[in-house]
Amino acid sequence: MAAVLESLLREEVSVAARCVGGSLRSTHSSEDEPGEAAALSALGPLRKEFVPFLLNFLREQSSRVLPQGPPTPAKAPGASAALPGSQLFPPTGPRGAGSAGSPSLGLSDPPNLSNLEEFPPVGSVPPGPAGRTKPSRRINPTPVSEERSLSKPKTCFTSPPINCVPSSQPSALNTSLWGLGLAPGCRSLQEEREMLRKERSKQLQQSPTPAYPTPESGSPLPSRTGSLTAEAADPARVSSCQRLKLVALVYSSCIAENLVPNLFLELFFVLQLLTARRTVAAKDDDLEPNPGALDPLESPLFQSVHDCVFFAVQVLEHQFQVLSYLDKGTLKLLAENERLLCFSPALQGRLRAAYEGSVAKVSLVMPPSAQAVSFQPETDNRANFSSDRAFHTFKKQRDVFYEVLREWEDRHEEPGWDFEKGLGSRIRAMMGQLSAACSHSHFVRLFQKQLLQMCHSPCGAGGAVWGEAPDVLSVLGADKLGRLRRLRERLVAPQSSGGPCPPPTFPGCQGFFKDFILSASSFQFNQHLMDSLSMKIRELDGLALPQHEPGDEDGESDVDWQSERRRFAVVLLSLRLLAKFLGFVAFLPYRGPEPPPTRELQDSILALRSQVPPVLDVLTLLRQGLGARRAVLTVPWLVEFLSFADHIAPLLAYYRSTFVLLLRLHRSLVLSQEHEGGTCFLNKLLLLAVLGWLFQIPTIPEDLFFLEGGQLDASEVDTVASEHGLDSMPVVDQQLLYACCPYIGELRKLLASWVSGSSGRSGGFVRKITPTTTTSLGAQPPQTAQGLQAQLAQAFFHNQPPSLRRTVEFVAERIGSNCVKHIKATLVADLVRQAESLLQEQLVTQGQEGGDPVQLLEILCSQLCPHGAQALAQGREFCQKKSPEAVRALLPEETPAAVLSSAESIAVGLAIEKACAWLSANITALIRREVKAAVSRTLRAQGPEPAARGERRGCPRACEHHAPLPSHLISEIKVRSSSLGDVLSLAVGPRDPEEGVSPERLERLLGQLGQTLRCRQFLCPPAEQQLAKCSVELASLLVADQVPILGPPAQHRLERGQARRLLQALLSLWKEDFQVPVPLQLLLRPRNLGLLADKRPREWDLLLFLLQELVERGLMGRTEIETCLGSVHEAQWPGEFSKELATLFNLFLAEPHMPEPQLRACELVQPNRGTVLAQS
Amino acid sequence: MILTKAQYDEIAQCLVSVPPTRQSLRKLKQRFPSQSQATLLSIFSQEYQKHIKRTHAKHHTLEAIESYYQRYLNGVVKNGAAPVLLELANEVNYAPSLMARIILERFLQEQEETPPSKSVINSMLRDPSQIPDGVLANQVYQCIVNDCCYGPLVDCIKHAIGHEHEVLLRDLLLEKNLSFLDEDQLRAKGYDKTPDFILQVPVAVEGHIIHWIESKASFGDECSHHAYLHDQFWSYWNRFGPGLVIYWYGFIQELDCNRERGILLKACFPTDIVTLCHSTA
Repeated sequence: MAAVLESLLREEVSVAARCVGGSLRSTHSSEDEPGEAAALSALGPLRKEFVPFLLNFLREQSSRVLPQGPPTPAKAPGASAALPGSQLFPPTGPRGAGSAGSPSLGLSDPPNLSNLEEFPPVGSVPPGPAGRTKPSRRINPTPVSEERSLSKPKTCFTSPPINCVPSSQPSALNTSLWGLGLAPGCRSLQEEREMLRKERSKQLQQSPTPAYPTPESGSPLPSRTGSLTAEAADPARVSSCQRLKLVALVYSSCIAENLVPNLFLELFFVLQLLTARRTVAAKDDDLEPNPGALDPLESPLFQSVHDCVFFAVQVLEHQFQVLSYLDKGTLKLLAENERLLCFSPALQGRLRAAYEGSVAKVSLVMPPSAQAVSFQPETDNRANFSSDRAFHTFKKQRDVFYEVLREWEDRHEEPGWDFEKGLGSRIRAMMGQLSAACSHSHFVRLFQKQLLQMCHSPCGAGGAVWGEAPDVLSVLGADKLGRLRRLRERLVAPQSSGGPCPPPTFPGCQGFFKDFILSASSFQFNQHLMDSLSMKIRELDGLALPQHEPGDEDGESDVDWQSERRRFAVVLLSLRLLAKFLGFVAFLPYRGPEPPPTRELQDSILALRSQVPPVLDVLTLLRQGLGARRAVLTVPWLVEFLSFADHIAPLLAYYRSTFVLLLRLHRSLVLSQEHEGGTCFLNKLLLLAVLGWLFQIPTIPEDLFFLEGGQLDASEVDTVASEHGLDSMPVVDQQLLYACCPYIGELRKLLASWVSGSSGRSGGFVRKITPTTTTSLGAQPPQTAQGLQAQLAQAFFHNQPPSLRRTVEFVAERIGSNCVKHIKATLVADLVRQAESLLQEQLVTQGQEGGDPVQLLEILCSQLCPHGAQALAQGREFCQKKSPEAVRALLPEETPAAVLSSAESIAVGLAIEKACAWLSANITALIRREVKAAVSRTLRAQGPEPAARGERRGCPRACEHHAPLPSHLISEIKVRSSSLGDVLSLAVGPRDPEEGVSPERLERLLGQLGQTLRCRQFLCPPAEQQLAKCSVELASLLVADQVPILGPPAQHRLERGQARRLLQALLSLWKEDFQVPVPLQLLLRPRNLGLLADKRPREWDLLLFLLQELVERGLMGRTEIETCLGSVHEAQWPGEFSKELATLFNLFLAEPHMPEPQLRACELVQPNRGTVLAQS
Repeated sequence: MILTKAQYDEIAQCLVSVPPTRQSLRKLKQRFPSQSQATLLSIFSQEYQKHIKRTHAKHHTLEAIESYYQRYLNGVVKNGAAPVLLELANEVNYAPSLMARIILERFLQEQEETPPSKSVINSMLRDPSQIPDGVLANQVYQCIVNDCCYGPLVDCIKHAIGHEHEVLLRDLLLEKNLSFLDEDQLRAKGYDKTPDFILQVPVAVEGHIIHWIESKASFGDECSHHAYLHDQFWSYWNRFGPGLVIYWYGFIQELDCNRERGILLKACFPTDIVTLCHSTA
């Protein structure tokens, strides 16, 4: 490989061209020559060795220029994986330098490359005290180091420091353990290294003074922020234009052909070169004296910042098309880059034009606050649970779940707060209550819905790219304090987005759900969750997303298309989220930091794991997706799923096949090839971005990308099937691209940090992207299409605008659903009414109890359920009537009559199918349930509270509800002196000497009571009952003359006439106005009668009057009063009182219809009280 | 009626160890003439309940009960018509109704040897004429009618007030033409948690979306608000999204801090309701 490159660098184009099969013919042509892309493809088997070599070479070369820049991670398995026998060009064979076709192969390395291990190429230890984690793999030196040995974890995302002892012998044993795939690749690299090392030591022996100080190795690197000033780049000082141009061309061709694993990683690298601050001090001069080096590999490719910028601009020129599709902000930064202007005014002009024409503004929308999953009676009410207990347990769980979620929202950003410590035990306690399987499924449904609601928008995922200041300010201006605070926090501490290849993470709210799963650590929960996620993924992946017809001319289609694109974005983002969590849970039991330590162990694990069916048949779904040209929908979620694969999974035949398919797809997505019906550019870009990212994941074997090259060439990607697949529709826009791949925003960050002068990756605005999508996923097409009719219907839709199909499916779905509700409200409601009247009859004939409720229910159901058969007929009728109306209303008026009538009949058919399927399965159970509810309702109403039963009078017709409120009357506000209770408490005492009521007030109070009772507006039964009771108490007090009267001390008693008027008023209230039973028997309880006993002199006339009136008005029966009086008589009374009481009874009993009973009665009892009696 | 925490604390401070009587309320009213009576009464009642909760246990030790009972017996022997029980309650700083319950329980225990059931006690408290001892019946009744924080009468009053405000709220909703489902309808549909009203079409109040409205005919202090949040308001949010709580007797301003999260507090029916506009085109 080195030889090929060397030829190139010698500018021996012809040699190089011959070596690569004459493929570099167009080397000197200008940029964007399509021929060049094709050129490299002719490299054939060579390329799988050449490409990684080239990438590594560039990284190594740039390392002296970019020692402090953010490292570009890369992933390429050392040099290459040349299979024995397939090496057409064997320069680096193990047999030594002599065997190489080009004997002068750079064995006399330039010394700056000599200490490769101490001075690792790009991707090495990040400088700076923070020790920033580097998420991706570095390319080159890793195979040499022992890091690659199987006994060590490949912690590539944390950028292992390469501390190899230079003389360390690579262990053949270790490399062989990796098996066929990696061993040859490692070997060839190691051999090359070995040669380098030998040469170096030779050189060192020749010149004992090290020519090149290596200050970078070991010594602390200078801080990245601020201390570096950028060196001015000058096109005139580029050391070797021709050579750089050549390499740039070859490199660009590799990129264009998708021979590099990750397009955006290479762009990032190129932008790093573009923004290189300066070369490492003292090197330019060292190199100057050696301009005539014979070997091109000997003199570094990048000798200065000028070289770097020149090279970068060259590559960017070739990649202009990709650049032009980046977001507006990135384009602006590129167009304003002064180096770019200086080195290629033409490119700058094109970029500026692209910027000005771009509408790809990634907009900033504030994240919606978390919304809870709404309670839906259809799925969440008692009928959906096995028992009352399960229902109530779930009720509590829902609340605990949100309580935990709220606490997490409040606290997870606090330093020192820990999810497990803070919430773990509460979560497990809650999960512990989920005993029944049905409860698990309820909880999982809640969990999944909440997950989708909170996280499916990229803002929930925390996807961040750089924003423009005005946007941020406008948001700040309008918003509330809490948000401002959160925003400020974010601005102060920018989100760490993890560079151009971040590991899979759970940003934002997703973190809550991930930690919840981990803390719950419930296998039942995980299983239910996987089931549910898989189902939802299948459902969404199979969603009939509309097929856009570009030829559709009418004005409406654009509106439709916008909403379709939104719909696609929602579906895609939801799928990615679900798949990410499915991958996380599914591979959770197998995940570990390290691959198996030995080959034997690995084999046995493989044998075991290959028995286990995959949690979701992703391979089939991928095949179907590719066949239907829906890769743009299927692949992005599949990538999310696979990104959580453990070390073993990719080695399983099943997943390996999946990867091979993905690799074929990747190779086929050549951006420059655009043809009718092909995949849209942004669709391709999205696919390349997500696949490129996947290939960088540490658990995906490094060699996979390059190893499969031969197999890929062998078979074509099978994409012949449908012509109008999603792939050929412009469903992806920049917003969605950046939402799915926030790491593309790293390009902008890099450019912005160049502008801002600080070369670090921190600072600046972090911006949230939220596509303006609605949350509803739309209606699922009903799974009803069966038989010939269904096929005909499908055919009918095929040539119609997609909106027609959607409309019909929507109408059918809604009408079918409404039909069920209609049946419930009509037929079932009638049956329930019948049941109620049957039950009433039953109760009348069988007495109050009515017999055993269970038996009653059975009798009723057996009579009523057969009527359920009418439901189907009625349902059919409903659908036939309603569906055409709806279809007609929803379709455009110009729809041809025949199309319209077909659409109507299909809608009717689908609606009937849906409704009848449900009704025939459920109508009996539905009737039964409703009747049962009615029975228990009726039986309850028979129960202990007669007041609640029967008809209650309402307000009088013209009532304006101005009556005093019952509560005022009863006495909620006792300080207010107009309430009944107040009077009672005054009367019962103790009272202050100045307290008391006036007779007028009492009369007014009773008047108010009457008003309140006649205005029913605010009355509730308990209040009315209480009022009744208080009024009876008041009557007792009046009878006993216990009401304190305000006024001169002599008149502290109520006049008899007044008392009688008040009693009359009360009697009339009892008779006319109370609708609850008045507890009149209280009047004759010993306690109330006892009030009379305390009074001296005693006056019985009012009591007798009251009793007579009660009988007169029919409020109490004589016998009832007699019974009460009898029991009073039995009580313990002072002797004298007892005697009087007995006389009263006798009077009452003897003279039932006395017109003025009080006179004679009292005379009889107490003849000496004539004065008192005279008053009345 | 919306009080700052400081204003509220000032009122609460005046209520320390004040017996729950008419007279106390009158004094409170004089002290804070600018506050509405309803608000003061509500705060008074809540503060008193807090006091009772704190001291409840100490009145229920065997010694305490025995000593109260003896004092009661001694008192009524001297003068059965004197407010013995009420004065005892006031003296030991305990709610008269609850004191009545203690004595009644003790009395029945002595009479019947087995501890009386709760329902018997409750029934006697509701209707003291069932109490076999006439003197005790009078004493108990006196306690109940004089207690403005506890007892069956007060419970009934509270219930009635709650009901009245729900009716008020319903009328206002109807007046504003906002369609809603009430608690009974929600229960019939099988909802597991039911606010007073769920709006069928959400509205916005002061920029906040409202799906449900809960009426609280009391003052919203910290203690009750937190309990309501936990038992009711968050549960409603968990099911129906953001909503509105109306504390008709006011609340502590600082508690209205969950607006962003979906719980809005008001002390009256909102005047600036924004409804969804139906295009008339």
